[in-house]
Amino acid sequence: MHDSLILRVVAKFLIPVIVLFGLYVVFHGKLGPGGAFQAGVILASALIVHMLVFGVDETRRVAPPRVLRALAAIGVLLYGGTGLASFAFGANYLDYNVLGSAPTAGQYLGILLVELGVCITVSSTMALLALLFAERVRA
Amino acid sequence: MLITAIFVAFSRDLMAVVMVFGAYSLLSAGMFVVMDAPDVAFTEAAVGAGVSTLLMLIALSKTGRFERRAGRQWLPLGITLVTTAVLVYGTLDMPKVGHPENPVHQHVAPRYLEESGQEIGIPNVVTSVLASYRGFDTFGEVVVVFTAGLGVWLLIGGIRRKGDR
Repeated sequence: MHDSLILRVVAKFLIPVIVLFGLYVVFHGKLGPGGAFQAGVILASALIVHMLVFGVDETRRVAPPRVLRALAAIGVLLYGGTGLASFAFGANYLDYNVLGSAPTAGQYLGILLVELGVCITVSSTMALLALLFAERVRA
Repeated sequence: MLITAIFVAFSRDLMAVVMVFGAYSLLSAGMFVVMDAPDVAFTEAAVGAGVSTLLMLIALSKTGRFERRAGRQWLPLGITLVTTAVLVYGTLDMPKVGHPENPVHQHVAPRYLEESGQEIGIPNVVTSVLASYRGFDTFGEVVVVFTAGLGVWLLIGGIRRKGDR
């Protein structure tokens, strides 16, 4: 792979901005357009830029596939667990009203947790796919 | 958008096809913005124009850049034409886009729009529908994404038998 100084410098500058924007999209999803699926893809794209510029090996070191797989599962569990948590308060599955002091507070918390779960799963799955494909190409 | 679509159908340089297809996705994202669906546009721009273009490029670097020349294939052409005709015939009966009397605006949408402010308490109705009213569906989607990732991992990169590398 070519080793371009400009690419490296720009990527170093850009990756934190992409990550920040991804996080903004998750937490801003309640107010403006955006949400966890989009944010997950944006976060994954940060990792993909890293992979394109610094090479697959470097990215494997930063985000080992083992960790990405675990994160993908954790995201699903976080979503499902939020649903189960509302059982504990005596409500239906995924009924967030009971999670907070007031129904809207509960909804806020529930949606936040669920969106986080979605975001974690989507981003790690996307990054995992890109990483696997890239490895396959190199092999 | 039409020009990019036609180019995608006729070009044999797959690299160019992938690039133009990315542009097509970006244009349709613009179309979604025009139709007041920024959430969908966001997804289209990120997934369609961004990540899938990249995955296609990676796949191309493995498979080769140019399409093999195939003979004229009349059966696929016929199937496509018939399907197109049926779909166009179907759209003739569609209600007018954006008309308030449409069935889609009469079902649960008014209730979501009017009461989600009090019930959920967050301004973005799309988010409250996705994450709360339709929480089960979204959970299903997440499981689908997870399962798809798991499948790809098992197929192309995952478990190596003892002795492999």
